[in-house]
Amino acid sequence: MIEAHGLTKRFDNLVAVDDLSLTVAAGEVLALLGPNGAGKTTTVRMLAAILRPSKGRAIVAGHDVLTEPAAVRRKIGLLTEYPGLYRRMYGGEYLDFFGRLYGLDAETRQRRARRLLEQFGMPEAWDRRIGEYSKGMQQKLALARAMLHDPPVLLLDEPTSAMDPYSAKLVRDAILSLRNMRRAIVVCTHNLAEAELLADRIAIIRRGRLVAIGTPAELKRELVGPPLMELHLKNGVGRAYSLVSQLAHIVATDGNRIWYETETPETTNPLILRALVAADVEVITLARSEWSLEDVYLRIVGSTQ
Amino acid sequence: MMKETRREDLRLIWTLTAREIRDVLRDWRLVTPILLLTLLFPIVANLVAQATFRFFQRYGGHIIAERTVPFLLMVVGFFPITFSLVIALESFVGEKERKSLEPLLATPLSDTQLYVGKILSSLIPPLAASYLGMASYLIGLYLTRRWAPSLELLAQMFALTTAEALVMVSGAVVVSSQTTSIRAANLLASFIILPMAFLVQAESFLMLWGQYTSLWWLLAFLLVSDVLLIRMGLRLFNREELLSREIDRIQIRRVWETFRRHFAWEWWLFGRKRQAVPRALRWTGWLAGFYLREAPAILRRSSPAMLVVLAGVVGAGVLGWSIASRFPITLSFDEPGRAFFGGITPTFILGNNLRALSVGAILGTLSFGSLAVTPLLITLALAVYVGLQILWSGYSPWVVLALVGPHGILEIPAAFLWCAAAVRLGASFITPSPGMTVGEAWLQALADFLKTALFIVLPALAIAALIEARITPGVAMWVFWAYGR
Repeated sequence: MIEAHGLTKRFDNLVAVDDLSLTVAAGEVLALLGPNGAGKTTTVRMLAAILRPSKGRAIVAGHDVLTEPAAVRRKIGLLTEYPGLYRRMYGGEYLDFFGRLYGLDAETRQRRARRLLEQFGMPEAWDRRIGEYSKGMQQKLALARAMLHDPPVLLLDEPTSAMDPYSAKLVRDAILSLRNMRRAIVVCTHNLAEAELLADRIAIIRRGRLVAIGTPAELKRELVGPPLMELHLKNGVGRAYSLVSQLAHIVATDGNRIWYETETPETTNPLILRALVAADVEVITLARSEWSLEDVYLRIVGSTQ
Repeated sequence: MMKETRREDLRLIWTLTAREIRDVLRDWRLVTPILLLTLLFPIVANLVAQATFRFFQRYGGHIIAERTVPFLLMVVGFFPITFSLVIALESFVGEKERKSLEPLLATPLSDTQLYVGKILSSLIPPLAASYLGMASYLIGLYLTRRWAPSLELLAQMFALTTAEALVMVSGAVVVSSQTTSIRAANLLASFIILPMAFLVQAESFLMLWGQYTSLWWLLAFLLVSDVLLIRMGLRLFNREELLSREIDRIQIRRVWETFRRHFAWEWWLFGRKRQAVPRALRWTGWLAGFYLREAPAILRRSSPAMLVVLAGVVGAGVLGWSIASRFPITLSFDEPGRAFFGGITPTFILGNNLRALSVGAILGTLSFGSLAVTPLLITLALAVYVGLQILWSGYSPWVVLALVGPHGILEIPAAFLWCAAAVRLGASFITPSPGMTVGEAWLQALADFLKTALFIVLPALAIAALIEARITPGVAMWVFWAYGR
């Protein structure tokens, strides 16, 4: 649904996006991560056919962003970094205005707008002035605007920023339901937990370049190392240490706990447990100690600093 | 199919316009003064007009009353349209500042549809108020004094009001495109307010002097300005320009580097390598590089502007001939050298020429290039006028040629090139330069202008001044005695 090849954007002497290639399939959520000024927003603007790439090309929903920008814009829903609403308008009136710009008939505009407001838990927003909305409500209205014309591609910049946990969950559920409806979705976010929760794949951008892309599990394996296991013992690590070190690489110990890495936990863990039981070492738990996406992100961004 | 596309275009434009008009009508800060000016001011103007009628009827100054009433019509129409500037700044730069423009940019609307929709929404409310105000003023006058304007005056007032509003709105778009905040836009809006104030003063002057026909010239000037500003606005109001400029910051270093890049030219000496040329002669590569390669490139870049100047030169010739036919004088002189060149020095001539051409360059920059040729054209028209008078007074054409030719052969092409570079300097704001921002295109035009001025025009004018002061008088004298009448 989205295919970008060698996308580059220059502003005078500044290269905002440099030779970026990625694909997003229908029914896939790609999270775009990166520090401020990394080029995420510029990438989204190029994919939304708002900015012309200086080099490279992108096909979005079957249309070329360079040669058919209007067709691309008709097929995408863009949630911008700032909600950017008209504060003197009413919620329903605002959605109706954008529905008209997308060429929806009056009945469809009404039906979809009301349904979206209800989906986001704010049906009363229809006849309230936008200036009276909370920040979270404004963000949800902006998201409703992006989804109003039922686009096959959604480009969402910080979709849950400024929202309370309940509203954020409503929005995440909406994104996941859109994924199930075979929409291609790109989410720019700084919320790594949310990215991990939503995204099928993660792309990390640094100084305009794509520095890593893959599923969260792939990124963790490639960039942080093999799975990390945490062994919790009853009476200290003393005797267990030598047994575990023969079978796996011990990363750290702390009181009654040992952390070790293994490429093959499915075979190594039973061996370790068997050896510990045979040696009369009492085990409380053996669990996978996950690297978080934050570890991955900080490692990548830190290494390219 | 095409009709359907056009209807769809209009529908999208109207959707945008209607939303913005609704937004304006919900803002009491705009609506209150517009209403006051629409409803109350015409009544006040009406009372003033009636009082003027009564006062001057009593003392026999009918002409003043006759001029004041149309003048007040112009004022009643002008006041409400001043809001078009405020609305336009709010619509263009206000949206940018509040970050509500990007969602619009993400819709299928084209750049032109966005531009036209916003222009209309900035024009319609103040113009409606203006027309309504003028109508109520006229109805009031008709009911009380049975006074009605001529159709011509009515057409002039409505057309001038509309063209003025369009100048303010299209100017506001240009101003808005250079800023990201209302504050900065308001400061830059002086570039619209001041010329508009002068224009209204000129309009008032013409109306109070009863020069109503001249108002058509004013209208023509406004319409040309409208076309230029709209063209410039269309060029500037596009997604690329709008999103590339997010902070107002003077980047002197970048400006300097861009200018330097355009000012520099390549060393070239008929294909020789620089190292192969003796150190003492390497400067010749800079000369050859400029005069044989860079100068032709500058001329190529300036060729559209040269065509404009050429058209002006032809026009100046026709004007000179036309004035000469209408106001013939008989010239008689014994010594043409003393008559035309008595007591002038090369420095005086050079200074005079440079002053006139500099005025042209400044006018050109301020008028998108259109007034850059004014000093040259006035001089040429004058020269044609004097030349024809000499001819028609019975002197030989050789005398005319001798008076202009020796120095003119350098002076006229130099002035021509200067004017072309100045036209380009002003016009670079409105003529698209593919792949360049407006700023960069202007810096390139400035670099070309300075290169033309320093390395072509200035040397040529200096030599011409020397010839004019030292050689032309002698040549003219000799030709005069040889051929005379």
